[in-house]
Amino acid sequence: MSAPFRNAAGGLIDRARAVRFTVDGRPYEGFAGDTLASASLANGVRLMGRSFKYHRPRGVFGAGVEEPNALYGVGEGGRFEPNTRATDVFLYEGLTAISQNCWPNLPFDIGAVSQVAAPFIPAGFYYKTFFGGPRLWKVYEHLIRRAAGLGKPPQHRDVDRFNHRAAFCDVLVVGAGPAGLAAADAASAAGARVIMVEQDRLAGGGFLRDPAMAGGDDGLVWAMAVATRVKAEGGRVLSRSTATGFYDHGLLNVVQRHVEPGQITRDDGAAQTLWRVRARRVVLAQGSLERPLLFSGNDRPGVMLASAARSFVTRYAVRPGALAVVAGCDDHADLTARVLAASGIEVIAVMDSRVGGRVVAALGSRAVTGAIVSEAGRSRTVACDLIAVSGGQTPTVHLHMQAGGGLAWDAQAGAFAPTTARQNQVSVGAGAGRQGLEAALADGWRAGVEAAQDLGLSRPMGARPRGAAARPTPTVSGCCVTLTDGADAKTAFIDLQNDVTAADIDLAGRQGYRSVEHLKRFTTLGMASDQGKTSNLLGLARMAQASGVTVPQIGLTTFRPPYTPVTLGVLAGEAVGAEAAPRRRLTLQSAHAAAGAVWQPSGYWSRPRAYPMSGETSPQAAVREARTVRDAVGLTDVSTLGKFEVVGPDAVAFLEIICATSVAKLAVGRGRYTIMLREDGIVADDGTVWRLADQRYLLTSSTGGADTMAHRLSYARRVLTPRLQVMVTAVQECWVGIAVAGPNARALVDQATGAAPPRHMSVAAARLADQPVWLLAASYSGERAFEIYVRSYAAQVVWSDLERRVAAAGGRVYGLDAMDLLRIEKGHIVTGAEIDGRTCPYDLGLTKMLRKGGFIGWAGLQRRDFQRPNRPCLVGLDALDGVLPEGAMLLPRAGAAPQGHVSSAGRRVTGEGAIGLGLVASGPDRIGEVMIASSPTRRLQGRVRLTAPLFYDAEGARYVD
Amino acid sequence: MMLIACPHCGPRAHVEFTYERTMDAILSVDVDPDTAVAILFQRENPRGPSQELWRHTYGCRSWLRLTRNTVTHDLAEVVAWPPA
Ligand SMILES: [Zn+2]
Repeated sequence: MSAPFRNAAGGLIDRARAVRFTVDGRPYEGFAGDTLASASLANGVRLMGRSFKYHRPRGVFGAGVEEPNALYGVGEGGRFEPNTRATDVFLYEGLTAISQNCWPNLPFDIGAVSQVAAPFIPAGFYYKTFFGGPRLWKVYEHLIRRAAGLGKPPQHRDVDRFNHRAAFCDVLVVGAGPAGLAAADAASAAGARVIMVEQDRLAGGGFLRDPAMAGGDDGLVWAMAVATRVKAEGGRVLSRSTATGFYDHGLLNVVQRHVEPGQITRDDGAAQTLWRVRARRVVLAQGSLERPLLFSGNDRPGVMLASAARSFVTRYAVRPGALAVVAGCDDHADLTARVLAASGIEVIAVMDSRVGGRVVAALGSRAVTGAIVSEAGRSRTVACDLIAVSGGQTPTVHLHMQAGGGLAWDAQAGAFAPTTARQNQVSVGAGAGRQGLEAALADGWRAGVEAAQDLGLSRPMGARPRGAAARPTPTVSGCCVTLTDGADAKTAFIDLQNDVTAADIDLAGRQGYRSVEHLKRFTTLGMASDQGKTSNLLGLARMAQASGVTVPQIGLTTFRPPYTPVTLGVLAGEAVGAEAAPRRRLTLQSAHAAAGAVWQPSGYWSRPRAYPMSGETSPQAAVREARTVRDAVGLTDVSTLGKFEVVGPDAVAFLEIICATSVAKLAVGRGRYTIMLREDGIVADDGTVWRLADQRYLLTSSTGGADTMAHRLSYARRVLTPRLQVMVTAVQECWVGIAVAGPNARALVDQATGAAPPRHMSVAAARLADQPVWLLAASYSGERAFEIYVRSYAAQVVWSDLERRVAAAGGRVYGLDAMDLLRIEKGHIVTGAEIDGRTCPYDLGLTKMLRKGGFIGWAGLQRRDFQRPNRPCLVGLDALDGVLPEGAMLLPRAGAAPQGHVSSAGRRVTGEGAIGLGLVASGPDRIGEVMIASSPTRRLQGRVRLTAPLFYDAEGARYVD
Repeated sequence: MMLIACPHCGPRAHVEFTYERTMDAILSVDVDPDTAVAILFQRENPRGPSQELWRHTYGCRSWLRLTRNTVTHDLAEVVAWPPA
C-alpha cells in the first residue's frame, strides 16, 4: 500500500517491518516505530476526530501526550481503551482503532449539525443548569448524558493483568531528554542509585525531534550510551513509563506500559505495572509543551503545533502537508520553516509576530485549504494545507506543583516556571524554563551532581556533556497569546478538547467571573482528558487581558495527578475479583460446606446464610431453620463475634470505662448484656460481658464491630488508662463459638457435658467431646440457648459431636437469615441496623441499663439534642398488607414527610405475616398508630401498625430456669 | 503517601498507620459535658504544625505522637505515646 506522505528516507522507523492496522475497519499500513498518528498522516488521513461539543472536524494537533484532538478507541473486547491519543500509541500488527464522537461515521457526522446550534450552547451551560436546580436538570439531563464524556466506556471485562511494584532509589529522574539524561549520568557516575523514567518508547526527548550532538556524539547515540551507563551502575531505566503523580515524602507513581493500548500481552504477562517509587531526590526533567496561536478556525485539520510538525517530519519521515504556513513568536518559527522545507514541504509564508506577522484565519472545513495572513497591517489569502503554529513554550511543571513547589511568572516566556521546592525535588532544562540545548545539558548535569552531593556522595569523575544543535536553536522563548486583529473570537479555540473559544472566556469575564477557579468551572477550560496541557495558559492570558491584569494576578489552578490519563485497572493492580479484599475463613468452613451452606459476605468473612435442603429456596430454608429453633433445637456458628479477655486487678475498672452498663456488680460465673458508646454519646456497639474468674472477664462485641472494638479498647487501654493494672487481649480467633438454641438445648447440653448446664446469663467451664469448653447461657433467639466456646484447634470435634446430638434431638444447623428472623421476632437490636451510628441509648430503649457516669460517652450523652422528644426511637412494626420493605420510609400518611424508617424486616417465625423493627419519631408514644412504609425506588408500599419492639414471649418464659 | 518513622519499626508507609485525633482532642473519661462538646465539635483546624495521635495499626500496633505540618506534611517528630 502506498503511503503518499511518507518521505523515502529518514526517520526513526523500521522500514523493513511493515505493520498493518485498521481505523474504523479500513486497512492501512505503517512501519514499526510509527505512532497511529504518524502512520495515519503518512496515508493521507487528516481527519482524526470530531470535537466534543460542536462536533467540528479535527486533525492531529500535537505529536505526544499533549494531543487534544486525535482520540480513538483502540483495541477490542476486553482490551478496548477509549480516548487513546493517536500520538501516544505506537503501531503494532493488528491494531484496531475506532473514531469517537461521531455518528454514523467520521466524515459524515450528524452531530455536526450542532455547529449550527452553537450559539445555543454557550459557555456556562452546564454550570448554570446545575445552578438552576433540580427542575431544569431534569429537562436537560438526558441531553447532557448523551453528549457528556469523550469516547465510549469499555463494554467488556478487562482481560489484562496489572501489577504493582515498590522501588526505592537515591535519585529519580523524570524525563530522558537532554537535561534528564545529563542528570542521570552525573548522579549515576557519582555512585547514586538512579531510576530514570521516560514516557516515550525511546530516550532522547528533544533529540528525537530536533537532532543535535551531545557528549561528542549524535544526541540519540549519546542518550543510549547514558542509559547503558546508568544500568551498568545498577540503576533502572524505564521506558514507556510515565510519572503520573508526585505525592508526599518523595513518593511518585510511575505507570509502565509493557504493551501498547489494546495490544495482547506477551507470555501472559502484565499489561502495565504501577511502580511506587520512594526517592530521596527527584530531578524533574519533563521538558516543555508548545502553545497554540489564536486565530479564526485554528482548530481545522492541518493546523498543528510547530513542534509536532517537526516531529512528524524528522522522527517519522512524514510530511503533514504539502504547502505550509509557519507562524510563531520566536525563532521556533524559523527553525520549523527550515525543517519543513528540507523535507520537501513548500513553505509559503513565515509569520513572525515579533515583526507583525500573524495568521488571521484558517480556511477550509474538513481540512485547511488556505489561510488569511497579515503582515504590517496588510492581509492576504494564501493557499496551504498545513499551518504550523508556535505560541511559545510552557514548562511542564505538573509534578513540581503536585509536590508543593512554587511557581514564578516569566513574562518574557509567557509562562510559569518552577521556583521553590517543598520536597527534595529540582526542575531542570526546558521544564525549568531553560532554553537551548547547552543550558539543558549544563542544568541537568549540575542537578545530578548536587543530588549526589546532598546524599553524601562524591563528585562524579568526568566532565559535563557539551551539545551542539544541527540547526540554530532558539535561545529566547517568545510569547504570543493574543487573538489576531480581525480574527473571530467565536472560532478561535483555546481548549480544543472541550471546545472552549476565546469568546467563551470573554463571556465568562463579562458575567463577572474573576477567579480562575470560577472561570474553569464556568467554561470547562482545561477539564478534559488532556487537562489543558496546551490550553490553560492561553485561557488565563485571555482572561487577564480582558480584566486588565497580569496572568499571575488571575492565578493558576492546581495541577493534580495524574499527569496523563491512567487506566483504572493499573491502580487496582492485582486487587481485583476474589483478590480485591482479604478473605477470612471460618475455622468450621468445611463443616458448613458439608452441611450445604449458602454463603453470605459479612465484612471479610463469609458466613453461612442458610442450609437449604433439596428443593428449598434460601428464604424457605431460613424459615424452616428458625422454626426448628423455636420447636426443637438448632446449631449455629457465632465465632465471628469480637472476643476480648480482660484480666488483672483493674479489669473491672477498665470495663466500667468501656461499658455504659454496670460491670462491678457482676458475680463470678455471671454475665450480662452491655453496650459501648462513642464519645459523642451514640451507641458504638453491643455485646456481652462475662466474669470467668475473680479478675478475669470475657467481653464480646458484634462481628462487624470487632476490628473497631479492638482499636477502641487499645486506645482506652494505652492512651486513656495507661496506669491501670489490666491486660486486654483480643481472643477472637482463639475461640470458636457454637450456639445451641431451642427448647431441647438444655437437655442436650446436659447430656453432652454430663453436668448441669449454667442458669440463664451464667457461665461455667465444662468438658464436651473430651474438650475443655466454656458454656455461656445467653439467648439471642429468644429460646433457651448456650454459646459453647472451644479452642479453635478442637472446634471440629465439638461441632461434630453437637451436630450429631442436635440431629438426634430433632434439630439442625441454622444460618444468618434464620438468626435474623429469630432476633427480630424477639426484638433484639443489631449493630448495622438499629445501632446505626445515629442512635443513642435513649433512642433504643436502653435508658434503664445506663450507669450514672464514669464511662466513655457519658459526657457526650448529656447533649441537649438527645433529650429532644421527637427523636427517632425504636418500635416494632406489624405489616397490615403483608409488605414491609427493609429501609423503607415511614410516613404518617401518603405524601407526608417521612418520620422514620424500617431498620430491620422479616417475617414471623411463629405464625404468618411480616414484622420488623423501625426508628420512628416519638415512636414509643405512638404504639398502635398506623403508618405507611414506602420504598419508591422499589415501588413497594404497605401499611404498618406501630407496636412494642417484641413479638414473641414478652415475659421471657422460654428461658426461665 | 507519607513515610512515617515508627520508633519501633523504622520508616514505614502511611497505609500501615491510622490517624486517631489531635492530641488536644483526647477526652479524659471524667470530662464534663461542656468541655466534651467543645473538644468534639468545636476544634481548631490549624494550618501548620499539629500534634496528633496515630497508631501503627498494621505494624507493631503501638500508639504514636506525631508532630505533623498540615500544610507541608513535614514530620518534625514521631515518638511513642504515652511516654514510658
Ligand atoms: Zn511500629
